[in-house]
Amino acid sequence: MADSTQLMAHLLRRAGFGVGPDEVAAFGGLSYAQAVDRLLNYEAIPDTVDANIGQPGYLGTTSNGAFSPNSVETDAQQRWLFRMVHSPRPLEEKMTLFWHNYFATGFDKIAGVVTAPNATRLMAAKASEDPVGQRGQIEMLRANALGSLRDLLTQITIDPAMLIWLDGDTNTKAQPQENFGRELMELFSRGVGYYTESDVYAAARVFTGVNLTGDLRTPNAAFSWIYRANQHDTTAKTFSFPIYADGGKTIPARPASAGTQDAIDLINALAMHPETARRVASKLYTFFVSETSAPDPSAIDYLATVYLQNGSAIRPVLQAMFMSPQFQDPAVWFTRYAWPVEYVVRSLKEVGWVGYSAASALSPLVNMGQQLLEPPNVAGWVLGQSWFSTGAMLNRMNWASNLAANQQFRIATAAAGAKSSPTALVDFLTSRLTTDLDPAVRADLINYASAGGPWTGSDAQLRAKGAGIVHLILGSAGYQFV
Amino acid sequence: MSITRRTFIKNGVAAFTVTLAVPRFVSDLAHAQGAASRNLIILDLSGGNDGLSMLVPYNDPFYYSRRPTLGIPASTVLQVGSDSSGRALGLHPKLAGLQGIFNEGRLAFIQRVGYANSSRSHFFGTDIWSTANPANSSGSGWVGRYLSTLAPPLNPLVAWNTTGDTPHMLQSPSVAVASIPSVSGYAFASPTGGAEGPLERAAATSIASHIPVDKPQVAFVSTTVQSALATLDTVAAVGQVTPSVTYPNNGFGQALRAVAGAMVKGTGTKVFWVQTGGFDTHASQDTIADNGAYVKLMVTLNDGLTALYTDLKNQGLLSNTLLLSFSEFGRRITENGSRGTDHGAASVMFAMGGGVRGGLYGTAANLSPDPQNPTLENAAGDVTFETDFRSAYAKVLDNWLGADSVAVLGGDFRKTGIDFV
Repeated sequence: MADSTQLMAHLLRRAGFGVGPDEVAAFGGLSYAQAVDRLLNYEAIPDTVDANIGQPGYLGTTSNGAFSPNSVETDAQQRWLFRMVHSPRPLEEKMTLFWHNYFATGFDKIAGVVTAPNATRLMAAKASEDPVGQRGQIEMLRANALGSLRDLLTQITIDPAMLIWLDGDTNTKAQPQENFGRELMELFSRGVGYYTESDVYAAARVFTGVNLTGDLRTPNAAFSWIYRANQHDTTAKTFSFPIYADGGKTIPARPASAGTQDAIDLINALAMHPETARRVASKLYTFFVSETSAPDPSAIDYLATVYLQNGSAIRPVLQAMFMSPQFQDPAVWFTRYAWPVEYVVRSLKEVGWVGYSAASALSPLVNMGQQLLEPPNVAGWVLGQSWFSTGAMLNRMNWASNLAANQQFRIATAAAGAKSSPTALVDFLTSRLTTDLDPAVRADLINYASAGGPWTGSDAQLRAKGAGIVHLILGSAGYQFV
Repeated sequence: MSITRRTFIKNGVAAFTVTLAVPRFVSDLAHAQGAASRNLIILDLSGGNDGLSMLVPYNDPFYYSRRPTLGIPASTVLQVGSDSSGRALGLHPKLAGLQGIFNEGRLAFIQRVGYANSSRSHFFGTDIWSTANPANSSGSGWVGRYLSTLAPPLNPLVAWNTTGDTPHMLQSPSVAVASIPSVSGYAFASPTGGAEGPLERAAATSIASHIPVDKPQVAFVSTTVQSALATLDTVAAVGQVTPSVTYPNNGFGQALRAVAGAMVKGTGTKVFWVQTGGFDTHASQDTIADNGAYVKLMVTLNDGLTALYTDLKNQGLLSNTLLLSFSEFGRRITENGSRGTDHGAASVMFAMGGGVRGGLYGTAANLSPDPQNPTLENAAGDVTFETDFRSAYAKVLDNWLGADSVAVLGGDFRKTGIDFV
């Protein structure tokens, strides 16, 4: 492949989920800059992907009854996987996943409070499909995927799932709840070391009275945040960092009727702090550019500056990042540890999905360490090498076996033109499964294809060896990187 | 094992010098001689365990006044006597199995364990407990560093983690940890099976043998694959073990079943890691009702540990086993408006096993909200530590594992008065 093609594939692995036939068709004729533009400004591309669920030719889904992605968790997970495989707006899905990890909210605790169907609604319902127009948190994140952190912080503060997850629903004047206030500063903005315990107490008081309303365990209840003025602590709140442009660190005492302004003041301040800018820039850099080498401080400074100059908007930061030399450098290609979801979606895109059900990937994803809608805790998944325990890696290999078995007829059909020799078969399949192939690994694959009896190129042999080679490539160390 | 003798001689000389001043270390050293065949189970109670609901100071009036809905009635606690300061303590009513083990002298509680300026962050707190370094919690784990002191070649199952991700505490500069969340799922699959299965496994083994020096990240994953393939058959054998008791059919119970199975099969594992979560009880903590959140946590804990203890005892393996619990922090003394408790500071650890000297170590806090109360901190909001958590680690390293705690922990945290092992 020419370098420009490889660069495009790198862009699509990082800013999307890899290169399947649809990406080849959509991006094949574009320059790099045009491709970046298409990825970033996706609003121009109609979002009709969900209409294809259940249609022939697409990744399948399997449900216990009617497919109910707005009220059954496993169906919601399948819909999201479907979108990652088939959406013509891959960066939208990629950033939604990024924010899901950033604002990591877990289904189980919410289900315990509002029942599992309501928890699915609060996490994943599309407002247009919900009986009362409830919008799930993931939909909110998707709608703001490239928007500003300020808007995201505002929306997450009043998000019903978050109000349950971090106990904002019980935050009252008499007994302030610290959970959300702490994580807002530790994980959602400034970061550990950039706030004090007294900041936590002050932040808890800022959000007193910002609670949840809705009949918790009633099917299809409408949930919303509510401001209970009589539960708001109206006294002044002083922080260790500036809240106002003049450097003032104290949110003044206000009448209860104006109490929500406390939250607006704090969020506006946090979103625009240089500490937050650098933290967000570092998170994005680690996600998109490189996690195996320390970020170039000048690159972080630059991205943080772009962030602050654009009022915490994410789109310009990504634009700057994708166009940067650090992102395009071939030295960073295939160096980021693929998240389990990325690994599964990329495998489906590159191997094939017809006749495969997203449901077949759900348990394996749990065992690989990443269950959508169920991050382990509010800090999200532990990334990088931590994905690769022995057990998790075996589960990647075993899922690869499952997919290869399912796709063996299609693999054999596609490889019919390469049946002349084991080498031809290996070279055909490795050209299709983009990886940074080590020559020694290629030799091992050819040895495997040649082992166990004479080469005949029969259909049965193509199926067995084709599926075996796909299994081995997907299960190799080299394929675990995007 | 060859390491024991060498380690013994090396430590013996050093310890002998200490002997003159502190005779206690001589007996510790003798005690540590059986270390080669011993194992350590680390139990992570993740989320921040509310020690005051597990080991209840039921004679402290402030316990009830500060916890109007969460205070566990004195009449229901399972009494375990009084600590050295004369404070009466009782176990949570659902810990009947643990009370039995306590009465056999094989369960020890270490009260008020923590460190100065305790982090109230789950993640930072877990990192500190993992690295044993409050000043810089980004390095390797203390158990991982212990593993690095073992002389190679190491058994690929030297460390057996029962969860999916390698815990920070086990992360080692040099030793790979096997993560086995499910024994039955720890196998090599083949798409078409038959003759292709062994051929694929041989090919996967060969592919993983290439360690590209210019791609450390690929080398890391290749090493993981190698470890996985090298341990498959042993783990499968562990899956065939029939335990002498029925383990609870939940994740924690099944993890403990695997641990006992590994011991039965003699996998040579030195360190196991088990975890049970849900301790972040900010709201509706409910310590009393049968379906209460904290009650269910205690049931899970009690039933799992009781099964493990009984199984190991039945199979004659108890004397080689030490289980040590930790949690990233304790919880606030006063309950919050959500009938839960927020993040606090010091809390209780416990140790269980055949070598444990059971009992109550350390002293309970006085829960009086007087800001001058020396046993509390944060304006008498949280329990302050009496025993540095690294002193508990040191005891395990020196007295149980036969290691050098000063080297592993990067400082001398040895302490008298907590001789639980």
